[in-house]
Amino acid sequence: MARMKFLCDADRCIECNACVTACKNENDVPWGINRRRVVTINDGKPGERSVSMACMHCTDAPCAAVCPVDCFYTTEDAVVLHSKELCIGCGYCFYACPFGAPQYPKTANFGSRGKMDKCTFCAGGPEADNTRVEFEQYGANRLAEGKLPLCAEMCSTKSLLAGDGEIIAQIYKERVVKRGYGSGAWGWKTAYKEDIAS
Amino acid sequence: MNLIAALHRLAPAILACLLMAAPVAAQQPNSVNPTASSVKEKQLLDALKPGGSEILSGRVSIPDSRAGNLIQPAGRDFRVTQQDTIPKVGAYVIIGMIAVLALFFMFRGRIRIEGGESGRTIERFDSVGRYAHWTAATSFILLGLTGLNLVFGRSLLLPMIGPEAFASLTQAGKFVHNYVSFAFALAIALMFVMWAKDNFPSAIDMRWFAQGGGLVGSNHPPADRFNGGQKLIFWATILGGFALSASGYVLMFKPPEIAIAGLQLATVVHGLVGVILVAVIIAHVYIGTLGMEGAFDAMGTGRVDLNWAKEHHSIWVDKVAMKRPEDISSARAPAAGE
Repeated sequence: MARMKFLCDADRCIECNACVTACKNENDVPWGINRRRVVTINDGKPGERSVSMACMHCTDAPCAAVCPVDCFYTTEDAVVLHSKELCIGCGYCFYACPFGAPQYPKTANFGSRGKMDKCTFCAGGPEADNTRVEFEQYGANRLAEGKLPLCAEMCSTKSLLAGDGEIIAQIYKERVVKRGYGSGAWGWKTAYKEDIAS
Repeated sequence: MNLIAALHRLAPAILACLLMAAPVAAQQPNSVNPTASSVKEKQLLDALKPGGSEILSGRVSIPDSRAGNLIQPAGRDFRVTQQDTIPKVGAYVIIGMIAVLALFFMFRGRIRIEGGESGRTIERFDSVGRYAHWTAATSFILLGLTGLNLVFGRSLLLPMIGPEAFASLTQAGKFVHNYVSFAFALAIALMFVMWAKDNFPSAIDMRWFAQGGGLVGSNHPPADRFNGGQKLIFWATILGGFALSASGYVLMFKPPEIAIAGLQLATVVHGLVGVILVAVIIAHVYIGTLGMEGAFDAMGTGRVDLNWAKEHHSIWVDKVAMKRPEDISSARAPAAGE
């Protein structure tokens, strides 16, 4: 099976936020929750870069390690998913996540956290594939339909790549060789303990 | 310099590290040609702090400043404390405390009232004091059990009852923990107001500790209303309770001024202080019930036997006899000792 990863080519991202919008629309993500976001560093200065960031589906994921009810699981495609049936909204995964991926609707008492929500790599959740209950809780399951995450699929500059780690790394390496520079695969060292030489 | 400052603009809580990073920043090229070279993640993380353990953040169009954190490698440290440090410390202090108490009970046995019960009693805690104590006690047991479930439940309880039952239980435990905390915090505050004045350390406590508090041997070092050991329990409860309440309410209300590093710190402090206070309270429960004859009455009926009071709190008994002799009941049986 493939080892699914995201790769954001920060030298191509133009901060159009279409990935954010596509994600919200495709997964019917509720108000106040952003599974994906675009962060601009060095804004307005030389060396400005924008990076589209969401759950990176880490190897040996820290969220899964700290979850007190063990609600996370990793699919055959190495996508890190979780069960909202089991989640208690404690927030530990948000503290442990290096990428700020876990989000919580403020539905419980004192505005405290409800069930955690995060990027599913458009792979749904533990419910049966492409059922109504799966969509309502976790959003689309494009992987089950043989499609890749919509954020990357419709990226206008093809900055955001999603798919098998080796293939997208190869695409990125070719780009770097051709144009002569590259700022590296953002977050890969933290998420997968490897980097793409550039 | 500008490069680092831009990174930190949305994370004022970590501005302090700006000063530390300044010499590193000075070595960076001042102008970056965006078409010739590129700004790399590792470069930026290294510039923040050697080893890259700070937060890399930027501008984000979402109205949530925390979403501007691009990468926070500190999550790794949080994972270690959560998965390793807190359960280990908890297991050592709690199991260690129970083992020490078991050994103590084997060798010392139950500490008896040497003079036997006199039949006369003296008021030790009024109803308000007992109300505060038992409110704190009941809420602490609930908070302690639901809290320990978060630390040890996944490895101990989950395999026994299965994921669904365990998740429902833990979810209910979270609600109990959140609600009951208010009763606990109020009881701690009430106990502090009522008893702090009798719990300041004094020279008598030093002598009490020097003589082993009467725990070893059979002598009874003099003590006022509270002896040195009780004062330690009192301050452990007040300071521990305050630390737990403060860190707990930070986690419950998540004030937006507190950055993620503060929330991580609060979680770790809450967990460590929690398991340590559980161990301390186990010792307190032991000596107040099984460990010492006559001690439970202080919080049970509020009145203790006069002989118990004279043995353990001689100075306090003298003071009460002087100031409020009506607090000491007259003899039930005229023949009994006093």
